[in-house]
Amino acid sequence: MHELHRFHGGLKLDAHKSESLVRDLQQASLPARLYLPLKQHIGDYNKPLVAVGDRVLRGQMIAACDSPICAPVHAPTSGRIAAIENYPVAHPSGQSDTCIVIDVDGEDEPAEPMLPELQHADAQRMIELICRAGIVGLGGAAFPTSPKLSRGNAHGIDTLIINGVECEPYITCDDMLMRHYPAEVMRGVGYLQRILQPKSTLIAIEDNKPEASAAMAAALAGLTLDNTEIVTIPTIYPSGGEKQLIQILTGKEVPIGQLAFDIGLFCQNVGTCVAITRALEQDQPLISRVVTISGDNIREPGNWEVRLGTPISHLVELAGGYLDAASAYLVMGGPMMGFSLSGDRVPIVKASNCILVMRDETIPHSPGHHDECIRCGKCTEVCPANLLPQQLYWHARAQAWERAQEFHLFDCIECGCCSAVCPSGIPLVQYYRAAKSEIRAAQKAHARSDRARLRFEFRERRLQQKKQQEEERRRLKREALQKKKAGGDASVQADPVQAALQRVKARKQAAAEEGTP
Amino acid sequence: MLLAIATISLMAGLFGLILGYAAIRFKVEGNPIVDQIDALLPQTQCGQCTYPGCRPYAEAIANGEAPINQCPPGGQATIVALADLLDTEVLELNAEHGEHLDVPLLAVIDEQTCIGCTLCIQACPVDAILGAAKHMHTVIADECTGCKLCLPPCPVDCIEMVPAPQTIEDWKWTLPPALEPSQHA
Repeated sequence: MHELHRFHGGLKLDAHKSESLVRDLQQASLPARLYLPLKQHIGDYNKPLVAVGDRVLRGQMIAACDSPICAPVHAPTSGRIAAIENYPVAHPSGQSDTCIVIDVDGEDEPAEPMLPELQHADAQRMIELICRAGIVGLGGAAFPTSPKLSRGNAHGIDTLIINGVECEPYITCDDMLMRHYPAEVMRGVGYLQRILQPKSTLIAIEDNKPEASAAMAAALAGLTLDNTEIVTIPTIYPSGGEKQLIQILTGKEVPIGQLAFDIGLFCQNVGTCVAITRALEQDQPLISRVVTISGDNIREPGNWEVRLGTPISHLVELAGGYLDAASAYLVMGGPMMGFSLSGDRVPIVKASNCILVMRDETIPHSPGHHDECIRCGKCTEVCPANLLPQQLYWHARAQAWERAQEFHLFDCIECGCCSAVCPSGIPLVQYYRAAKSEIRAAQKAHARSDRARLRFEFRERRLQQKKQQEEERRRLKREALQKKKAGGDASVQADPVQAALQRVKARKQAAAEEGTP
Repeated sequence: MLLAIATISLMAGLFGLILGYAAIRFKVEGNPIVDQIDALLPQTQCGQCTYPGCRPYAEAIANGEAPINQCPPGGQATIVALADLLDTEVLELNAEHGEHLDVPLLAVIDEQTCIGCTLCIQACPVDAILGAAKHMHTVIADECTGCKLCLPPCPVDCIEMVPAPQTIEDWKWTLPPALEPSQHA
């Protein structure tokens, strides 16, 4: 039995998991149109590789970029590119972003797979294939998997941690995935082991998912994976957070400013494992994912395997529609860390693990105003990152960004525990998010001004140089002229005017001499 | 007596050598306070402060020749940062020099009207305009600081300043609305 540790704080929440678990995993039908944002990951923007009017096949790469932190986008089904235009996307701003719109033709014709020779593939080759498949972390952060693997590989990994925890209320997509595709998860774990060569592997599953645990154990028994263990951990929010899970399993804390692989650990979500298996075995890129749709305003909550780009309205239809359409309030992600959506036109993207459909009345809206902080300290007790939320609040409110950073604002994982327990109902996380985005904007502006300074100084230097060169040229010319002049004094012929005058003088003199005798 | 004089002279000579060496070895190039001030200025190079660029203004501030409130692109945030650095009083932005805009500006050349005179290229302090004589010019949007220095030299008035386009990446979370006065008070 693996020894477990505890992280500071955390909460026991009402799970609300059973609603979406009454129905089995279903395959979502294809909508008429798919909307694929060019950027569905953390990193740089992709550029479209297709033009309006092109026919695309399932699995064909339609957008990519050459940055190292990149995850290309693939066509989830066959069809024709209808447009490349701005469309509302899943973003807390509710704004639009560039999307590739595909008119689905319903044939679902696949592109020719290029089956890799897996037996001989080394770590580098496998990472390349994972990159080409556009795989990102499916736990919610959507960080591209291949650069993470490259860096993990370079650092050397002691323990590989597979995250099947899923601690937020309502969300059950990983639970469903583990029940349905345990063998694929395990084979994916095997590939990760081949790439990272860890000394041991821990697969963490919360104790409220006994069926998933059993399915995974059965799948593990069918494979020969070295030093691999399924660990059941107690259900405490937010034990699915990477740093919290590491602390539970190893007792280690990831130091400030470092990442898990700096201390020899590597975390990966179970959904990502399935995506890796499919990419390596069938050359199938990331074109679908399991999505939970749940909440108190949806007729038939459940889990669907959905093609990326499917509008949420289509998913809502599959789930029997809203109970009360007028008061529907949509959240992407869970009730603790999710963000509200501008409407149901928004498409499913790689990061969409859950669509929460709530009644407007039941959502604890961030109120127009809140009560004063009474300094009760409850937020500090529950903070899983061991921060001082109250201090962060004061500094964020005073817009003292530097002070907030001194209190390690950027170690806040925005889990929402502090806001949930605050008796004054202060939307603490919103303060932290605002502070973080102000600081990031300032950093960006600073980087920009640094570049402007460099360009300005370079220009000044160039102008200076040009001036010097010009002066040098003039000096040389002047010198050459003076030299010529000096030389001209020595031989009379050098100056034609002087020569002519002298000739005239000589002639006059000669005439005068002739006249005198 | 002699020994004391000799010892003191020897020590004086020795320390002189050490100081002389340190003066060469640890010589500070340039004026560090100017660098620090320059780092806080927005590097728009617009000259609205009446100095020909951010660095000359930084030098003027360091020499005590200019007040810290002459930089409209930096706005109040820059003034506060400068006041913090120099431990002086926070001033209001001097309106004579211009107005602070929240969204940075971007120069856009109307490429249909441009006659390719290269005057704007010569005026741009950060080399953000691309083009050649009698060929169309264009602005490298990522490098434009919005200084407006390209506007006056243009003989056909084909350059326009527009607010820099904001993408979804530039969006910021906002602080919750300010606290209402407590009802229990």
